[in-house]
Amino acid sequence: MYEGVVQDLVDELGRLPGIGPKSAQRIAFHLLAADATDVHRLAAVLAEVKEKVRFCSVCANVTEEELCRVCRDPRRDLALLCVVEEPKDVLAVERTREFRGRYHVLGGAISPIEGIGPEQLRIRELMVRLADGTVTEVIIATDPNLEGEATATYLTRLLRPMGLRVTRLASGLPVGGDLEYADEVTLGRAFEGRRSVDD
Amino acid sequence: MSHLYRDEAVVLRTQKLGEADRIVTFLTRHSGRVRAVGKGVRRTKSKFGSRLEPFMQVDVQFAHGRSLDVVTQVETISPYGHAISNDYARYTAGTAMLETAERLVAEEHEPAVQQYLLLVGGLRALAAAELDPPMVLDSFLLRSLAVAGYAPTFDLCARCGREGPHRNFSAGAGGMLCSSCRVAGSAALTPETVALLGALLAGNWVTVTAVDGKFRKPASGVVAAYLQWHLERSLRSLVHVER
Repeated sequence: MYEGVVQDLVDELGRLPGIGPKSAQRIAFHLLAADATDVHRLAAVLAEVKEKVRFCSVCANVTEEELCRVCRDPRRDLALLCVVEEPKDVLAVERTREFRGRYHVLGGAISPIEGIGPEQLRIRELMVRLADGTVTEVIIATDPNLEGEATATYLTRLLRPMGLRVTRLASGLPVGGDLEYADEVTLGRAFEGRRSVDD
Repeated sequence: MSHLYRDEAVVLRTQKLGEADRIVTFLTRHSGRVRAVGKGVRRTKSKFGSRLEPFMQVDVQFAHGRSLDVVTQVETISPYGHAISNDYARYTAGTAMLETAERLVAEEHEPAVQQYLLLVGGLRALAAAELDPPMVLDSFLLRSLAVAGYAPTFDLCARCGREGPHRNFSAGAGGMLCSSCRVAGSAALTPETVALLGALLAGNWVTVTAVDGKFRKPASGVVAAYLQWHLERSLRSLVHVER
């Protein structure tokens, strides 16, 4: 045990995800040894992030303003909407530079065992966004795991009757990998979602 | 005891751990409920991440760890996950089955072969998509309660053993009650509902499908009440089941 504020710092750092007691101690002593201006800058950013950052009123992505950068951008294709689980996923799709539409963040996936049903997600808000008919294609980009698949199934059933084009991200082999190392579930899905190369 | 052990198992639940790991809860054939760490399974490059999803029946090798065991190898036996998550009613019914199995096998490493076989049978029936998912769930719930030692009685009186059919059901008494044993607060059921409940417990699908669909809802209500009485706390996933 250290004295007073040093121990407080170790305890606080130890509460962060992925930081154990040893790492917390190492970071605390790094901060003690660091330049005062660096530490003040870190403290200021920490305070600022809680003060300024909120969720976009349209898509629920993280933003500092009423609307996020994507929702403000007039060059975005309003007919395309990509549905994701978390704000982190928006960034992942943006990095591909393939998608020029807008997003809708659900805030998680349907997981009854955790007590999360469709009512706990932003599905009602999605339906309101789709009501005016501007969006013609919804791309469901939930995680390719069981909860993500179940959420996609639920959304597909809800959206199909609205006459929209509903698509799901393809599942399959990672680029740069070897076929022989693929697991049977992924490889099976790759076969299921195979496409013709003629057109 | 060797450092490694191998077993057949169904994945009941997964929880995120750290950067890319998961804590996976299994119901194994020989060792009952086992919680183990799947290292790096959340990465897209993971060799066995897809095999450690709920509903998967797998052949798995564990290494004994200090607090939790570690998953070292996994092979798929039956991938029920895809067929179940393809349909929302099947998914919600299946999730309630997994949660029930987890709750009824309370102790870790206590063998529960019958619960394991029942769960595998239930998941197989659900994935085959030939039967109504809520009925598969209700049948599983009654039978897994029976395996756990809480078998309800739907023909004889639960108190005096008199031959039925009887009309009154009491979860606390353990099933149907005759008119003289009837207690306050017991529910009056129609003969069709009682017959349906008996068939669900026995796994008699000919009778289950023959009984009019309108008796399914009251039967499901009885099953839910009986389950809650014995688990003392209701299942989180039961309210989300699509009936």
